[in-house]
Amino acid sequence: MAVKLKIPTVLAKAAGGLTVHEGRGATVGAVVADVASRFPELGTRLRDAKGEPYPYVIFYLDEEDIRFQQGFETPVADGAEIVVVPAIAGG
Amino acid sequence: MPIGRPAAELPPLSQQEILRYSRHLIIPEVGLEGQRRLKDARVLMVGAGGLGSPIGLYLAAAGVGRLGIVEFDVVDETNLQRQLLHGTKDVGRKKLDSARDRLHDANPHVEVVPHEARLTSENALDIISQYDVVVDGTDNFATRYLTNDACVLLGKPNVYGSIFRFEGQSTIFCTKDGPCYRCLYPEPPPPGLVPSCAEGGVLGILPGLVGTVQATETVKLIAGIGEPLVGRLLLVDALAMQFRTVKLRKDPRCPACGTRELKALVDYEQFCGIRGQPDETEGVPAITPAELAARLARKDAFDLVDVREPHEWDICRIEGARLAPLSSFAAALGTLDSARDVVLYCRTGVRSAKALRQLQAAGFKRVWNLTGGIHRWADEVDPSIPKY
Repeated sequence: MAVKLKIPTVLAKAAGGLTVHEGRGATVGAVVADVASRFPELGTRLRDAKGEPYPYVIFYLDEEDIRFQQGFETPVADGAEIVVVPAIAGG
Repeated sequence: MPIGRPAAELPPLSQQEILRYSRHLIIPEVGLEGQRRLKDARVLMVGAGGLGSPIGLYLAAAGVGRLGIVEFDVVDETNLQRQLLHGTKDVGRKKLDSARDRLHDANPHVEVVPHEARLTSENALDIISQYDVVVDGTDNFATRYLTNDACVLLGKPNVYGSIFRFEGQSTIFCTKDGPCYRCLYPEPPPPGLVPSCAEGGVLGILPGLVGTVQATETVKLIAGIGEPLVGRLLLVDALAMQFRTVKLRKDPRCPACGTRELKALVDYEQFCGIRGQPDETEGVPAITPAELAARLARKDAFDLVDVREPHEWDICRIEGARLAPLSSFAAALGTLDSARDVVLYCRTGVRSAKALRQLQAAGFKRVWNLTGGIHRWADEVDPSIPKY
């Protein structure tokens, strides 16, 4: 299943300069792992050493926070969109 | 529900004020009552920088009665690309002074209350308790968590905005039933992972986009109109020019607004891992700009290596240097000769200290870090070099 993974420009450097990626997988975690397999540096910015999300990088599946669903185990549908929102603090 | 007193207790508008605010008064959703609510409102701006500039200018122009500003900084030349509260004539002045002058000029009916301080766990509750709404325009994680927690404890809405390079975020935290900053980000990133605008840059117009959203939400909250940006996080992407919202949920496990186990302010520098951070340059062999200049003048045999990024190299460089950016330094390591002396520099000396440690780990013995980087070189040796 093809799912869109949208990352912010601050992470694009670790992902070949692109902010929109296509990944395959049945869950949010599988899609992230698929994209991370192509861009290992991006992978370390999205998941900790145990493969879990960081508390300061939030994943939204079709605008819903995956922490209030099943985290990385949340199932994704074909054509879904995952948006990555890291904490920023500039002002 | 608007913020503030019952309509009958709101202050009247003078004839002058009625003329000034006429374009508000003829919108039915604002009207006379809305404008009197704005006059009665007390809003605290945390920061008078990039976000604080449009926030302050628009809230003052809109007729917010009392505008408090927490700020301790001085206007710097590099602020002017985005901080429209301050002008060229204000460089070197306290931001509080230039902000007060500019806001008084925008609207003399507004009372500007300066709080010349850094917001801390000691003063935050006292300062914030004097206001109805807080607008967070600060530039660091520690102050954002502090502002959030103080707003939760005092029950004050926190109109949040943050920016980096081309992207911004905004929402309203800490309303009665809405989520707070800790519901969104339970923990801050480790220090150094997310660069500040000073380190990573920011499009000058971006705080204009996000700060005006914050000002709009503040006015809506006070007047009690429209759909407030509560439970939704607005994401602004200036490069794609896309505005989208994602849903924010109140986390019942949140220690601040959920379980309420957080009963007092904590040490936010410790919470953000800032306290006790090692000085990257400590213990690294150093060379001063004067010593480096002397070595160059003597035509000593050594390699001068610039570890900044190519777009920084384009701005300025020290004659005779070669470029080996820290971001790909491991790849460049093999091209350096450990038998030769190596001097490293960057903008201010921190990145080159990191590169130096990589060289030491690879067995280099005769390596030095230029203290203060090319900035101090510009100050002490070559004033023709631009600082950035």
